[in-house]
Amino acid sequence: MADLSINLAGIKSPNPFWVASAPPSNTAYQCHRAFEAGWGGVVWKTIGDPIVNVSSRYSSHDIGGMRMVGFNNIELISDRSIDVNFKEIRECADRWPDRAVIASLMTDTRENWHDMMKRAADAGAAGVELNFGCPHGMCERGMGSAVGQNPDVIETIVGWVMEAAEIPVIVKLTPNITDITQPARAAVRAGADAISMINTINSVTQVNLDRLCPEPYVDGKSAHGGYCGPAVKPIALNMCHSCAADPEVNIPISGIGGIGNWKDAAEFIALGATSVQVCTAIMHYGFRIVEDMIDGLSEYLDGKGMASVNDLVGKAVQSVDRWEVLNLNYKRIASIDYDKCIGCNLCYIACEDGAHQAIALTDPGERGLGPGRLPGKPIPEIKEVECVGCNLCSIVCPVDQCITMVDIETGRPAMSWKDYQDKLAKGEIDPIPAHP
Amino acid sequence: MTLKPRLDAAAAAANMAEIEPAYSDQQAKVEADRCLYCFDAPCIMACPTGIDIPGFIKKIANGNNTGAGRTILSANILGASCARVCPTSVLCEGACVLLDRDQKPIKIGRLQRYATDHVYRKGVNGLNPSVPPSGKKVALIGGGPSSLGCAAELVRLGHEAVIFEKKPEAGGLNTYGIAYYKMPPQVSLEEVALVKSLGVEFRCGVEVGKDIAMDEILKEFDAVFVGIGLGHTHMLGVPGEELPEVVEALAFIEEFHTRPLHEVEVGRHVVVIGCGNTAIDAVTQAKRLGADTATIIYRRDEGDMPAYAYEYDIAKTDGCDFIFRAAPVKILGDGAVSGIRLVRTRPNGKGGVGPQPGTEFDVPCDMVIKALGQQKQGELLESLFPGIKLAANGKIDVDETTRQTSVDRVYAGGDAVNGGREVVNAVAEGKKAARGIHQALSGEAVEGPVQPTRIGVTGKPMGSGFNNPVRVPELERAYASGQKGS
Repeated sequence: MADLSINLAGIKSPNPFWVASAPPSNTAYQCHRAFEAGWGGVVWKTIGDPIVNVSSRYSSHDIGGMRMVGFNNIELISDRSIDVNFKEIRECADRWPDRAVIASLMTDTRENWHDMMKRAADAGAAGVELNFGCPHGMCERGMGSAVGQNPDVIETIVGWVMEAAEIPVIVKLTPNITDITQPARAAVRAGADAISMINTINSVTQVNLDRLCPEPYVDGKSAHGGYCGPAVKPIALNMCHSCAADPEVNIPISGIGGIGNWKDAAEFIALGATSVQVCTAIMHYGFRIVEDMIDGLSEYLDGKGMASVNDLVGKAVQSVDRWEVLNLNYKRIASIDYDKCIGCNLCYIACEDGAHQAIALTDPGERGLGPGRLPGKPIPEIKEVECVGCNLCSIVCPVDQCITMVDIETGRPAMSWKDYQDKLAKGEIDPIPAHP
Repeated sequence: MTLKPRLDAAAAAANMAEIEPAYSDQQAKVEADRCLYCFDAPCIMACPTGIDIPGFIKKIANGNNTGAGRTILSANILGASCARVCPTSVLCEGACVLLDRDQKPIKIGRLQRYATDHVYRKGVNGLNPSVPPSGKKVALIGGGPSSLGCAAELVRLGHEAVIFEKKPEAGGLNTYGIAYYKMPPQVSLEEVALVKSLGVEFRCGVEVGKDIAMDEILKEFDAVFVGIGLGHTHMLGVPGEELPEVVEALAFIEEFHTRPLHEVEVGRHVVVIGCGNTAIDAVTQAKRLGADTATIIYRRDEGDMPAYAYEYDIAKTDGCDFIFRAAPVKILGDGAVSGIRLVRTRPNGKGGVGPQPGTEFDVPCDMVIKALGQQKQGELLESLFPGIKLAANGKIDVDETTRQTSVDRVYAGGDAVNGGREVVNAVAEGKKAARGIHQALSGEAVEGPVQPTRIGVTGKPMGSGFNNPVRVPELERAYASGQKGS
């Protein structure tokens, strides 16, 4: 089995799976349960001056009967005292010496940051994570995402923190910003040891159409909440990659956002994360999900011949590039396996109304489709000349491997947009005619 | 008379309750969410009334149950009964593409029931005619499914429609002749009330040709639709058939549609002759009403039975017995049925079966139910419409598209024309006849409706089962025998 242990900027854990700073990491009780289940680390629910929460706090974006495709919350940081939190961190760190207990912190003045850093180190935390991302409540008080959205403020505060840092410092970034590399670079400039992202995204998940007020409902009103869960994974992967690919952000990354299984985790790791953090999937299914995360990731690494999870870190970073370097002469088209096709025609209508009119419904000839091989039922047929290889039909097809995208040999040498512009400028090439 | 009620009211009601309970909101949503929302879907092709099935299922998934009910009822005014009695496994569900992916078709019938139950509970608008009255009047003879389908479509096209029904209630076999556990008669009566609410007039308890002359009707009305269904059950033609405990299957079924269940008389040991779907209804209902044994006698083999496989399964689950390859010779009994003498059958070399002499055996029983299929009503038709053209098998000859008979201004549909098919076929034929009548009266053709899930079809769309329905088992057989495509 592959070695899953990691060392993220000096924070060691037996596997890359950490419980994110959130409701599942609120107490020593939960922390013990997480470690018993196998989690490699726990980032404690953010510690600061105890707040007062509202009821209710969470809301979900459900799709087609699937619960919590997206999820949001308007809960604030820990509502427990700073003393109790650090006492429990001490207890967990002592009891689980091979795991990483990381203190998430949020405070305001330089003195307070110094004090919190000292207390975290004294409590035995393996590191700290600075919460510069909370997008509700705390930001209205000048903390959380109010910090994370201003690179200068990040730099100042991380500077304060580093003055007192005895243990590694991770800066947690908010996605509610145009360019994630700007706050990441600010953290690097101030000496941070690592960054983590993403925190939750500003959101309204749903409007209750009976009372015309969103959820979570609090006495006639709601508030913008922090969005997370499977639906945010693509946004988080984008930001993880942006930082991993930025030469100026040369510190380790802890990936967060919609991770629920080993595949999600492997994708973040391949795009540059050293550890990954999980919250929503735990809120949905409990700590037990880590068993397959460990098992599945090990299987995957073994299958890839990778001895350590560290071999996977960043392996796909270079594969994501600027659009202008993509090969304009690469061509793929859709291909339908009629032995698998069930005749739902979703590919046809998706292409016809939603894309490029490159699928025809044609006479089935000898190929009947559907139960009873319905005679005369037209079959979808790719118009290969019209197909631009957009992938849509293969995406909507409900049958695995029925529509696949096949590489076509164009006989033309690779040429990027940049190459094309250069050749045009030099008069070496005629303009590519516009699509009719 | 050895027949008597055998169960108290509570036990009878429990035994006769609908086999498939209604979906809860959550069950319906889970099932609706499974639907792929096919484009130009095969299920529509397999529905004789061409209901936009993916369309109504999507509406259920989206919480628009009223809209779902409207989609169903605008294509098939008897959508509530069809949801319960349609042989969905050979129609819409048999055509579901999910059969080819994971063997589990969408439960279209149960979803249709969910949506129609909803609108019968909450009401629905948008079914009423939106065209000005034409001033034309159409009489419909018989108040069964084909007439209801025809009348509903007629009033929506602006014509007056008057249904003449000899029984006290309209609805035909839906009201009087369906196994209770599939559909209680209230469902049919509510459908009749819906058709009435669209403006159709009902004259029940009026027998055409007896209480009112056909001439009079032809004089008063611009067109006539004949939906008289079929007549009595075929005779066994064996001694003892006149004994009082020998009854017709439909008469037996009508008993428990017109009396409290716990008053319906049934034998202790019941024998049903025949193995069609009505025979299954009779044998299962006899068992559920308290018979100790209920046995089907069928002269052919298990694989030859006309009953659908799922009907056969119900009977087996109910603990009914089956005697195959046996035919009745005589019904035994002195004043009351005490048994039935059967003879083994064997293939007669001409595709049929014949008796095997010397193999007679007796089966004790105290009630015999005849379910040999219903007779055509040739004589009645001849008397009402002298010279009407009938096919050799006694069915009314009609034009496939307009449903017009050989008699001027007279149209027909339902069992009297098709020889006895599903409720959904009867509704579709009635609806087609209404369009044929409309074209004759107004000169305008009615098309469609184009189902929303087919909007934008180019090339060669499959179309709707209203124009050209398919039945999947027949296709499977054709495909297996190498006749691919069409």
